[in-house]
Amino acid sequence: MRAAVTVAGVGMHPFGRFAGVSTTDMGVQAVRTALREAGVERGGFQAAFCGTAYGGVATGHKVLSRLGHTGMPIVDVEAGCASGAAALMLAAAAIRAGQYDTALVFGVDKMPKGIIRSSFFEPWQEEAGLAATPSFFALRAQRLSMTSGVTKEHLAQVVVKNRRHGATNPDAMYQKGISLEEVLASRVVCEPLHLFMLCSPNEGAAAVVLRRQGIAATARSGGAAPVILAAAVLRSHLPGSVLSESTPLSGLADDTVPSPTTLAARAAFEEAGLGPADLHVVECQDTDAARELISYEELGLCDPGGSAALLASAATGLGGRLPVNPSGGLLSKGEPLGASALGQVVELVRQLRGACGARQVLGARVALSHTVGRGANAGVVILTR
Amino acid sequence: MTTGRVPVREGLFTDDDAPALVGSRCTACGAHHFPRHDTCPYCAAEDPLPTQLSGTGTLWAWTAVTAAPPGYQGSLPYGVGVVELPEGIRVITRLTEGDPAALRQQQAMELRVVPLHTDAEGNEVVTYAFAPVGAS
Repeated sequence: MRAAVTVAGVGMHPFGRFAGVSTTDMGVQAVRTALREAGVERGGFQAAFCGTAYGGVATGHKVLSRLGHTGMPIVDVEAGCASGAAALMLAAAAIRAGQYDTALVFGVDKMPKGIIRSSFFEPWQEEAGLAATPSFFALRAQRLSMTSGVTKEHLAQVVVKNRRHGATNPDAMYQKGISLEEVLASRVVCEPLHLFMLCSPNEGAAAVVLRRQGIAATARSGGAAPVILAAAVLRSHLPGSVLSESTPLSGLADDTVPSPTTLAARAAFEEAGLGPADLHVVECQDTDAARELISYEELGLCDPGGSAALLASAATGLGGRLPVNPSGGLLSKGEPLGASALGQVVELVRQLRGACGARQVLGARVALSHTVGRGANAGVVILTR
Repeated sequence: MTTGRVPVREGLFTDDDAPALVGSRCTACGAHHFPRHDTCPYCAAEDPLPTQLSGTGTLWAWTAVTAAPPGYQGSLPYGVGVVELPEGIRVITRLTEGDPAALRQQQAMELRVVPLHTDAEGNEVVTYAFAPVGAS
């Protein structure tokens, strides 16, 4: 049997906007917290993997410079919205392969306000107006309304649910609920998406210490069962889907091309030996309200076409059968690209430890994190306890 | 200062009375592509044939952009959508109609070449867009 990878410690710098606080500052705070929790000191881990999309050259090195360099390998990983999941995958694989006993994984970004500008697009696409990220979200939302009967009210309900969840999360940018009427009264950015149905690009960091199971911890784990990283998978896209997160300029008239998320979810469930029915809690990509519903279908939380009904059943709210985004999701937390996947993992580790207070999913033992974005890149992480 | 009419990018479309998008067709797997590729994105066969795509199709998805995204130099609001062409290909495109409520699923659309903005040299920069068939 292959070595199991455990989560020895987690840490966060809250997501929000922090004038005068640098990308490095945020990374240091998250990393210090995770190392302390894991009982790991300088030299107690053999490699570091840093997910960032906008951090710039050697983001990971700059963070670790502040913590005493040891000459260890530091790998910066860019995989769009799934950068943190990509970093986690690399670290877990290296530990399983016996390369390291303990590895640090962190993600950090400091995004400007407004529509994200991406060097992914050629200048002419920006000039011609064919590089507006919310327009792609809106086209997917409209297709979802046709295939799954999702209405604008459903979209608003996703926001109301996640903002309700986020109201008690001290790491979220918006710690205040919102009403259906307020969401629908916000201005239309790209029909059918209103402003409050879109997450805010912002700033933050998250960190995770991974350790091969059986390696003695100096930490105060208190004898409790450790959280196991059961799967960490990254997938890109297959060609052919015009509205894929790979944002091509054309695709085929073929609705059967599996999405990057579906590819990643299938592989992650196989790696973990689990299926959607085994899950107790999910954190999924909700960069816009429709994206959460698309994720329900692509992750297999419901049948194709069943996302509106799953939402309406209240199953995905706290207290429901399968709470989704108990942290408040990106709609409450905002989205620092490199940190968003690991922010989900931090939330889920805390959920599995029963440490989430008012937003605790009772009895949660199997959790899934999902991020997807530019590239395309889709990350699916499964944690168990 | 001399002014002219320039495409937002060379090689994307023809600009005449019956404009067409310039794509390619793979001689190995038969798939059509837009823009033109020198390797088939589906089967990796080299040297797909350049081909002019149909100038008419049906509307598959649409929205409108109401605030200027980074780098955009045209007017607001503007339509963006997906049009399905008879070649079995769906194309991301600007739409001449900026009011989503004025469009309907599977509406017949035709290709136009439309002004986008005037550049620093005074040239009229044009791009491709689909319009409802018969729209003025």
